[in-house]
Amino acid sequence: MKQKLVVIGAGMASGRMLETIFDAGGNFDVTLFNAEPRGNYNRLMLSPVLSGEKTYAQIVTHDADWYAAHGVDCRFGEPVVKIDRENRVVYSNAGGVPYDALVIATGSAPFIVPVPGKDLPGVVAYRDLEDTNAMISASAPGAKAVVIGGGLLGLEAAAGMAARGAEVTVIHLMGHLMERQLDPAAGYLLQKDLESRGIRIHCKGATKAILGTDRVEAVLLEDGTVYPADLVCMAVGIRPEVRLANDAHLEVGRGITVNDQMRTSDPAIFALGECVEHDKQLFGLVAPLYDQAKVLAATLLGQDVAFRPVQTATKLKVTGVDLFSAADFAEAPGREDIVFRDPGRGVYKRLILEGDRLLGAVMYGDTADGSWFFDLIKQGKDITDLRDTLIFGPAFAGGASANPLAAVAALPPEAEICGCNGVCKGKILTAIEGGANTLDMVRSATKASASCGTCTGLVEQVMALTLGDGFTANANPPMCKCTDHTHEDVRRLIKSMGLKSIPAVMQELGWKTVGGCASCRPALNYYLIADWPTEYADDRQSRFVNERNHGNIQKDGTYSVVPRMWGGVTTPAELRAIADAADRYAVPMVKVTGGQRIDLLGVKKEDLPAIWSDLNAAGMVSGHAYAKGLRTVKTCVGTEFCRFGTQDSTGLGIKLEKLLWGSWTPAKVKLGVSGCPRNCAEATCKDIGVVCVDSGYEISVAGAAGMDVRETEFLCKVTTEAEVMEVIAAFTQLYRENARYLHRIYKWVAKVGLDWCRTQVEDEVIRRALYDRFMLSQSVYQIDPWAEHAAKPADWAPVADLTIRAAE
Amino acid sequence: MTQFIDIAALDDIPPQGARVVKTPVGCIAVFRTADDQLFALDDRCPHKGGPLSEGIVHGTSVTCPLHAWVFDLNTGQAQGADDGQVRTYAVRSEAGRVLLDAAFLARRSAA
Ligand SMILES: Cc1cc2nc3c(=O)[nH]c(=O)nc-3n(C[C@H](O)[C@H](O)[C@H](O)COP(=O)(O)OP(=O)(O)OC[C@H]3O[C@@H](n4cnc5c(N)ncnc54)[C@H](O)[C@@H]3O)c2cc1C
Ligand code: SF4
Repeated sequence: MKQKLVVIGAGMASGRMLETIFDAGGNFDVTLFNAEPRGNYNRLMLSPVLSGEKTYAQIVTHDADWYAAHGVDCRFGEPVVKIDRENRVVYSNAGGVPYDALVIATGSAPFIVPVPGKDLPGVVAYRDLEDTNAMISASAPGAKAVVIGGGLLGLEAAAGMAARGAEVTVIHLMGHLMERQLDPAAGYLLQKDLESRGIRIHCKGATKAILGTDRVEAVLLEDGTVYPADLVCMAVGIRPEVRLANDAHLEVGRGITVNDQMRTSDPAIFALGECVEHDKQLFGLVAPLYDQAKVLAATLLGQDVAFRPVQTATKLKVTGVDLFSAADFAEAPGREDIVFRDPGRGVYKRLILEGDRLLGAVMYGDTADGSWFFDLIKQGKDITDLRDTLIFGPAFAGGASANPLAAVAALPPEAEICGCNGVCKGKILTAIEGGANTLDMVRSATKASASCGTCTGLVEQVMALTLGDGFTANANPPMCKCTDHTHEDVRRLIKSMGLKSIPAVMQELGWKTVGGCASCRPALNYYLIADWPTEYADDRQSRFVNERNHGNIQKDGTYSVVPRMWGGVTTPAELRAIADAADRYAVPMVKVTGGQRIDLLGVKKEDLPAIWSDLNAAGMVSGHAYAKGLRTVKTCVGTEFCRFGTQDSTGLGIKLEKLLWGSWTPAKVKLGVSGCPRNCAEATCKDIGVVCVDSGYEISVAGAAGMDVRETEFLCKVTTEAEVMEVIAAFTQLYRENARYLHRIYKWVAKVGLDWCRTQVEDEVIRRALYDRFMLSQSVYQIDPWAEHAAKPADWAPVADLTIRAAE
Repeated sequence: MTQFIDIAALDDIPPQGARVVKTPVGCIAVFRTADDQLFALDDRCPHKGGPLSEGIVHGTSVTCPLHAWVFDLNTGQAQGADDGQVRTYAVRSEAGRVLLDAAFLARRSAA
């Protein structure tokens, strides 16, 4: 007969245990209770959910199909209230379930500071999805949040809410942040970093009371400071959740006492996770819990394995904050420090030594060598020979030259790469040799980087070292949750399978959703437009609002209107027409843009057709300032007026704009043409730039001046305007046909390499073919959307007005 | 009590799109899915007030154009990790016309 296994708590630890049991072919009738109304998910990842970098769906670790496949009876949202040890039955409010073996995996409960006002609505902890959602909905810009507790959890909560626009204050009892993991110097750098993100930090602050009548209004400190608050998050620590075990009279210390096999004082009852105490030790990070899961799975399968806690290292999961701390760093007699600081870069590294061993490491700002140090600590290696250059990491150990991959290359096979899952470098290497050549495959083979994800970069570096050119980091994520295919796959299959409509792509490539989502539909629409210009019809409903309505939507739902000004040149007549339109439609702001255009901001949707048709009447067309397409060609005055000019940069810019306008591209495209190397048109930070010289035209590409700033790279030099036009049209077409949606030219060039682009446009036959395909597409898409839409103003107004009816 | 009133022709609303109805209680977005189901919701995302009528309609969901919150058109409930709900109204199509339940207006004038 199958054994009845009952598990209380569907958390990180029990999820891993069940997985290990089923993977090993274990045969149990499992009943899984969970107080939360959902199954196992990756609790660590609540922080990226809070900050908006991930969704809940992305952090679910076991879905309904998985439970069904393994015959798990799920009792989610059904807390266990009692264990009857004598009859071996557990009870929820819905009744009893008998067990042969029982696993308690109830995790821990947040500790709530016992101050007045702690029960007011608006006071939350940070433990589960409900807490996370409460913080998300309280984090509107301008809202005020107070986080009590400046440890790992509190800071992730603070950073997440700040990322959503809330004004966040962190109140921390101790003198510096994360005092259990960081020394004061690193704590200071961390504080500075967080303050620069607008988070206020109040150290040495003791909370006296939470104030408010119906809900929280403020937090009062012992020193009299008052911080207004719409939400208070208490993140001051956790307590093992041992109530059930206490009631059942199991042996409980601070946590439920377990032996090396994870067995409690009752031989039929086991426990694991944050609720247990092993050898007087409690646990608060997942790495040791996963080891417990393996041990308990083995115990239940009748194998004899013993749990041995490992040392843990900590990272803070706040995007852009780089800190690492491992093992023991307290000052003590007989201990020595090696410290390295680089104030300019905000880098701090400290190694703690005792005799010839490394005891601990604290690093801030540059943590690349963290796992190398952690490895030295765990191995207890004699570091006498390394000592002189130890702080500079493996790149210098033994005099090797600095190389970005050196740190990882120097790691021995037993070095741990993934702390959460305890995966060492050797295991990853074995998986790669076994054929795992994408991040996902390595993840599923080894679990490396599958939990908190902070080691993803390391795993990719190991892959890069092993696979060489065969591996490009980050090439693997699927397009979106609707499909398992990557953008690259989809683009290739659209062409090779001749797919010419969105439903065709979704059907033939096995989309998992009905109508896609807001992320894949615009991408597919673009790919189809680019690949089948004459056969596919643009699907307006698959466009983002800006492209659908031919204006940039503003935060209040109004739009901006930007007429095209070829090469940035306008006339008095055009300016008058623009001024008239601005008056007629009461445009709240008229602004000159960085791309040498005039922007009319704040136009109501129903006024768009009329303002467009007025501007059309004065000879102007849409400037596509909203488009993933050609935006602007910025020019200087060149030989026409400037005494330094070498060529007619203005004229060339106008010709280029007339050639390229109306084309849709993976992301926006901006050009610049400067008349001489003084570069007044800032051509060398554009997607495509032309700098005129006496002997011709230098074309460079892949610049950026946005979130990333980079200078263009030289593509080629030509001698006539006609050649400039042909090269640029061909290059643009190459980009249109190959890049992934939303990748600017510089991102795409970084992936495919400038050399490849150059060989394509320098080959006369290929270039001509690209140019011809570009012109074919232009024959369809070089149309003024204003003229098209201004003809049907009724489509832009409300379809019915019931305000009149109500007044009757 | 329901009280359906004719607001538009079905063809006025593009499939996988929406049109707006102005009312004294604010704008209502009337959505039409790819398979011609109709839904009516307040045209205001509970997050930052984005016009849901301008979102991309996929299946029976719409994604807000401002910050990509996704709502189930059936219930008005925010999906995934987002928390919020948009009011829904009864709407149906009959002989190529779109009928909206305007009981909310009556309630208002009775009040
Ligand atoms: C926001 C956040 C970020 C974190 N980041 C990291 C990190 O970066 N690195 C790291 O190592 N650790 C991190 N942790 C800690 C890590 O999540 C925990 O160590 C881990 O989840 C503990 O696993 P567990 O299975 O013991 O408990 P849990 O995952 O908490 O699961 C316990 C489950 O038991 C349920 N339960 C409790 N009582 C009952 C009952 N009576 N009946 C039924 N069910 C019950 C609970 O509802 C819960 O779902 C983080 C934690 C949080 C909250
Ligand atoms: S880039 Fe050269 S030609 Fe153009 S305006 Fe500046 S100085 Fe004159």
